[in-house]
Amino acid sequence: MSDLMALGNAGTAIRRANEAGRAALVGYLPAGYPTIDGGVDAIKALADGGADVIEVGLPYSDPVMDGVTIQRAAEIALAGGLRIRDVIATVEKVAAYAGIPVLVMTYWNPIERYGVDRFAADFASAGGAGLITPDLIPEEAAEWAAAADKNELDKVFLVSPSSTDERIALTTRSCRGFVYATAVMGVTGAREQPSDLAAPLVARTKAATSLPVGVGLGVSNAEQAAGVAAYADAVIVGSAFVKQLEAGNGPAGVRELAASLAQGVRREP
Amino acid sequence: MTAVLPDQLGHFGRFGGRFMPEALIAPLDELTKAWQEAMADKEFTGEFERMLREYAGTPSLLYDATRLSDVAGARILLKREDLNHTGAHKVRNVLGQALLTKRMGKTRVIAETGAGQHGVATATACAYLDLECVVYMGEVDTERQALNVARMKLLGAEVIPVKTGSRTLKDAINEALRDWVASVDNTHYLLGTAAGGHPFPAMVRDFVRGIGDEAREQSLELLGRLPDAAVACVGGGSNAIGLFAAFVPDTEVKLFGIEAGGDGYETGRHAATITAGQVGVLHGARSYLLQDEDGQTIESHSISAGLDYPGVGPEHAWLAETGRASYRPVTDAAAMEAFRLLARTEGIIPAIESAHAIAGTLEIAAELGPEATILVCLSGRGDKDMDTAGEWFGLIDGETQA
Repeated sequence: MSDLMALGNAGTAIRRANEAGRAALVGYLPAGYPTIDGGVDAIKALADGGADVIEVGLPYSDPVMDGVTIQRAAEIALAGGLRIRDVIATVEKVAAYAGIPVLVMTYWNPIERYGVDRFAADFASAGGAGLITPDLIPEEAAEWAAAADKNELDKVFLVSPSSTDERIALTTRSCRGFVYATAVMGVTGAREQPSDLAAPLVARTKAATSLPVGVGLGVSNAEQAAGVAAYADAVIVGSAFVKQLEAGNGPAGVRELAASLAQGVRREP
Repeated sequence: MTAVLPDQLGHFGRFGGRFMPEALIAPLDELTKAWQEAMADKEFTGEFERMLREYAGTPSLLYDATRLSDVAGARILLKREDLNHTGAHKVRNVLGQALLTKRMGKTRVIAETGAGQHGVATATACAYLDLECVVYMGEVDTERQALNVARMKLLGAEVIPVKTGSRTLKDAINEALRDWVASVDNTHYLLGTAAGGHPFPAMVRDFVRGIGDEAREQSLELLGRLPDAAVACVGGGSNAIGLFAAFVPDTEVKLFGIEAGGDGYETGRHAATITAGQVGVLHGARSYLLQDEDGQTIESHSISAGLDYPGVGPEHAWLAETGRASYRPVTDAAAMEAFRLLARTEGIIPAIESAHAIAGTLEIAAELGPEATILVCLSGRGDKDMDTAGEWFGLIDGETQA
C-alpha cells in the first residue's frame, strides 16, 4: 500500500492539521448517550468545538478496555435500547453535518455478529471513515482487512507501551488512517498525571511507520493536550467528554471542552 | 485429529485465538513462553506433580458406582475429583498456574470468581505458595455467597466486589482483565477455566489433564480396556477438557459434554452455550456464546453457579464442530434429581455442576445400553450447594418432598 493510500480518511485529516503546524484533535463519545438523539447532538458538538476527527463508540456489554466513565455510558446507551443500526445512523448524521472523518471505535464481537462484510458496506454507505478496534489484533483481522480495503475504510489498530518493536512493525503495517498509541498500561479514563510511557512509544512507532500516530488514554484538559501535541500527530480525548455529559453540561459542555482542547493542541506545552 | 492443537496463535480450527487488547499481547506471549519452558523442565513438572500428590491428594480415586449403575442400567465409573483438596478438580489448575507465577518472578495473583469456588481455590494456592491474591467477584455473587467470601478472606485474599454490568461472573472477568492491563508487570491473571485468549485454554487444559490421564490408566487397570464413553459437565469447560484430553485420540471412546439447561434451553433461561448459542468472540477467544442479534452478551441462567457462564472454552467449540465430542443440555430439575439420586444411592453429595454430568449420564446410559461402561467426572463435592439443595428440596423448613 502506498503511503497516500494508507493515510486514508482520518490520516489525511490529521496530516492537514500537522501541515498547519499543530496536532489534530480526535474527540470520542459513545453513540446513544445519554439518549440516541441526545448522543447525535453531543457528537456534533465535538465538531462544533473544533475536533478534526470524530470517534463514535459502539456501546458493548463487556468493554474490558474501558474505565468506569465509558462503561457507565455504554450501559445507559444499551439500556436505552441502542442498536447497531442506531450507531450507523448516528455516524450518518454526524458525518453529513460535520464533514470530517467519523470513525467507530468498537469491540470486535458486535461487528462479527452483524457480519463483517455487511457492516463494512452499510457503514461505508453511511459515510463512515473507518474502525478503531481495541480488541482485534492484526493476526485475527484478515476478514476485516479485506472488507475495509474493499470499502476504502480506515483500519486503526492499537500499539501499547508493552508492544515489542516487532509487534509495532506488524501493527503499523496493518493500519490505514493512523496508529492509535495507548499512553498508559491501563483502561480509558481521565488521569491527573501525564504518562511518561507515551512519548517513548510514539518515538518507537514513528520509527516503524510514516502514518500519523495519535495518543489516547488519560488526556482531559488543554494543558495535557498541549503536552501530548508536542510529540504526537493527534491527541485523542474520550472520557473527559463523557464526563461533561454525565455532569449534565450537555452538548454546550462538550463544545466548550472541545474548543479548549483545540486551543491546547495549537499551543506550546 | 493428528495435528497438535492449538496452533501457534492459539487456534483450534476457527476457534480460540486472541481477541485481547494489544497491551496484553506481549505479556501473553511471555506467558506462553514461560509455560512451554516450564512444561519442558523436569524440575517444574516434578514440583507440580509433588504438590498434586502431597497437597491436593491426587491421583483421585476411580470409583465403581455399583448402586448408581443399577439405577442407570449401565456400568458407571466416577472419577472422584470431589475428594481433592478444596473439593474439586480446580485445585489442579490453580496449583499449576500459581507455581508458574512463582517461576515467572511475579508476586501478585488476580482471579475472577462466580460462586467463589475458583476464588477459594486460588486463595488456597496463593496461601500455600506465598503470593498476594486479589479476587474479583460480582457484587450480586458476594451477597449470595458470603461464606465463600469469608473463606477467601481467611486464606488471606482480598475480595473486590464488582459493581458494573450484570455484577456477576462475566463482569468479574472484565474487571480482572482491566486490573491485569494495568498490573501485568508483577501480576498473573489466574483464569479459572479453559477459556480466554491463548495460551489460557491450552495451558489450563494441560494443568487439569491429569483427570483424564489418571482415569484412562485406572480404567485400563480396572476393566482391561477403555470405557465406552466419558462424560463431564461443561460451563467454561475445564473439568471436561481435563477429562477429554486423554481420550480424544481414542476414537472408540465417545465424549459427552453436559451443559446447563437451566429452565430448558428453549425458554431462553439457560447456560447451554454450544447447544443454543452462536459463534462469536468473548473474553479473548472465538467460541460459542450467548448473545443477542447485535453481539451483546446475554446473561446465562443455571442453578449451578459454576456452569452459569455465557461462554465456553474454544477447544470444546472445536470438538463439537468436528463431531469428536457431543454436547447436550440437562435442566436444573434433572440435575437436582441426579443430585439426590447420587446422595441416596452412593452416599456422595456432588456439586450441582457435577450433578449435571450425572443427569446426562443417566440419559446416555439408556442410549448405550447395559453392556456400556461410562466414565464420569465427578468434578466437585456438594457441601457448597447445601443452601440451594435445601431450598430446592424443601429441606430447610423441615418439609421434604421425599
